[in-house]
Amino acid sequence: MSDKKAKSKQEKYGEVAYYPGCALEGSGSAYNSSTKALGKALGLKIKEVENWNCCGAMEVKNIDPKLQTYLSSRVMSIAANKMNMNTVMAPCNGCYHNLKKAEYDLANDEETMEVVDRLSKKAGHETYEAGQVETIHALDWVKETIGEEGLKERVKNSLDGIKIANYYGCMYTRPRHIFPEKDAGPGSESTSQPHFMDDLLEAAGAENVEFPLKTACCGGAHTLSDSDTSTLLVSNILQAAEAAGAEVIATECPTCHSGLEMHQIRAEKTLGIKTNVKIIYFTQLLGMALGLKPKAVGLHENISNSFDFVKEKGLA
Amino acid sequence: MPIHEKSLIRPENLHVQEKIEVDGIDVSGHWSTFIESRVVTDYNEQLEEEIASLPGGEFIHRCWQCGSCTNSCTVNAINADFNPRYWIYLIRTGMEEELLRDKEIIWQCVSCNKCTYACPRDVVPEGVMKATSHWLELKGHTPKSNSMIFDEIFSEQVIANGKIEDGRTVRRFFARTGQAMMQPWMVEMIKSMMRNLPIGMLTRLGLANFITPRTSDWSGARDAMNEYIAEREAHHRKALRLDDLVQMAESEVGSR
Ligand code: SF4
Ligand code: SF4
Ligand code: SF4
Ligand code: SF4
Repeated sequence: MSDKKAKSKQEKYGEVAYYPGCALEGSGSAYNSSTKALGKALGLKIKEVENWNCCGAMEVKNIDPKLQTYLSSRVMSIAANKMNMNTVMAPCNGCYHNLKKAEYDLANDEETMEVVDRLSKKAGHETYEAGQVETIHALDWVKETIGEEGLKERVKNSLDGIKIANYYGCMYTRPRHIFPEKDAGPGSESTSQPHFMDDLLEAAGAENVEFPLKTACCGGAHTLSDSDTSTLLVSNILQAAEAAGAEVIATECPTCHSGLEMHQIRAEKTLGIKTNVKIIYFTQLLGMALGLKPKAVGLHENISNSFDFVKEKGLA
Repeated sequence: MPIHEKSLIRPENLHVQEKIEVDGIDVSGHWSTFIESRVVTDYNEQLEEEIASLPGGEFIHRCWQCGSCTNSCTVNAINADFNPRYWIYLIRTGMEEELLRDKEIIWQCVSCNKCTYACPRDVVPEGVMKATSHWLELKGHTPKSNSMIFDEIFSEQVIANGKIEDGRTVRRFFARTGQAMMQPWMVEMIKSMMRNLPIGMLTRLGLANFITPRTSDWSGARDAMNEYIAEREAHHRKALRLDDLVQMAESEVGSR
């Protein structure tokens, strides 16, 4: 990537429209507070998308995929047409994935364009047109604006001596075609071996372990409707992380995160599989590395208890 | 695991005589194995078309049976009977009865899209799984799966208010599927949440039960979406000939 392009990305992502999504207002509130605290500590500006709606998560598409596309398009339309923003940043894999998918479908599928236009007109707002905004994940946001070098300069409490397995889940990389910027050569994210979170945490001093299940599925779609399957899938992930020597699983999605936390408990209850690996958002880890207090990054809002752990590692 | 021919034959089609003598030769047990041949008379020639008419099923015709989907599948790894490639084969050849043998597990697809990632023909097998579970329910072969009930409760809330509140979604799910809300593992989970949470946070969570998050100015979007859903439902009924089925059933009942 040329220097010029890198600079423009850095500028462009310096101020983004922030789409927290429903999970961050509910079960994933720790991810919300830590993302905001991290952005503040790094001097990045975020403006919450005004009067946003849910993107439909993994559920509405099963009623009808085009409804889901409409929901995502409304969020992007507000960012573009009401707020004049050109970048939407979503920390939730589900939101990120759905906005990306909507972008792809609205650029490539005429039927989708027609339905979205019809629904937008009836709903009384401007129809979103492909290309008006770029959707990025919270990982892209930190990586492209501050980057590894910038983080290294700012680290106050190194994550030195913490062994981390980076878990990206499904929706950050699949299906590949909705992420045209990935697998695009040096500097880009990989869909088979994602590494943006690894890069950032390593820059903050952590030791990343060789983790084979980075993009395995936790069964989040059926976390309640088919809990036994989810518990089995999560316990595979937790055990593989421990076998790889990890003390922490770093997460970048509220659904993955609470899925791992819930089923860690359930696996112990129903399968007798006990694991001790801590489950912490990457934004919480980076925030603490920058010197923020555990409470400032919402560590107390996690289900799993990692207070003693972070104290022991000198982060509190 | 090697495939033994015998494991491909269903037990009910294998006949072995415990005690039998033919022309003075004892051919009891194994020696008298007889495999009942199967005659397929129940093709549904429109099966592929029906699946293709539902969202997600559109590209089923592209499949060339390479098996990459099954090979990469998350659920297949924990249950070998979960076999997207095989189901696509059955659908494309119209073998409805065979497909129905697996009707209880098809909905278990976790939408991880590993199959979509691996498929060389852009079939989007994940979509085919969703279309097939939907088809099973619309045709009355299976009751609504827990997964579909969850999707519906979630979507109802999004369409009505623009946003969801996860606590409410969870409670409604347990109520509608007739399960007790406080499963033992949930109690354990809530206990460990209490350990870490300050009181203020707990009250906030409690309060969330009474405040429904809403997107303002939402009624236009709500009406537009409800209208669209009604339109799609009518389309599916027609594509799956559901009204014909109902009529057939009615005349059958009437003639008795
Ligand atoms: S994916 Fe989750 S959090 Fe994101 S908007 Fe949708 S429901 Fe709400
Ligand atoms: S890993 Fe789990 S929660 Fe995360 S994207 Fe996949 S199914 Fe969803
Ligand atoms: S991977 Fe694609 S082409 Fe291969 S069997 Fe599965 S659906 Fe068919
Ligand atoms: S999306 Fe469904 S069918 Fe495809 S690999 Fe995942 S579980 Fe299997």
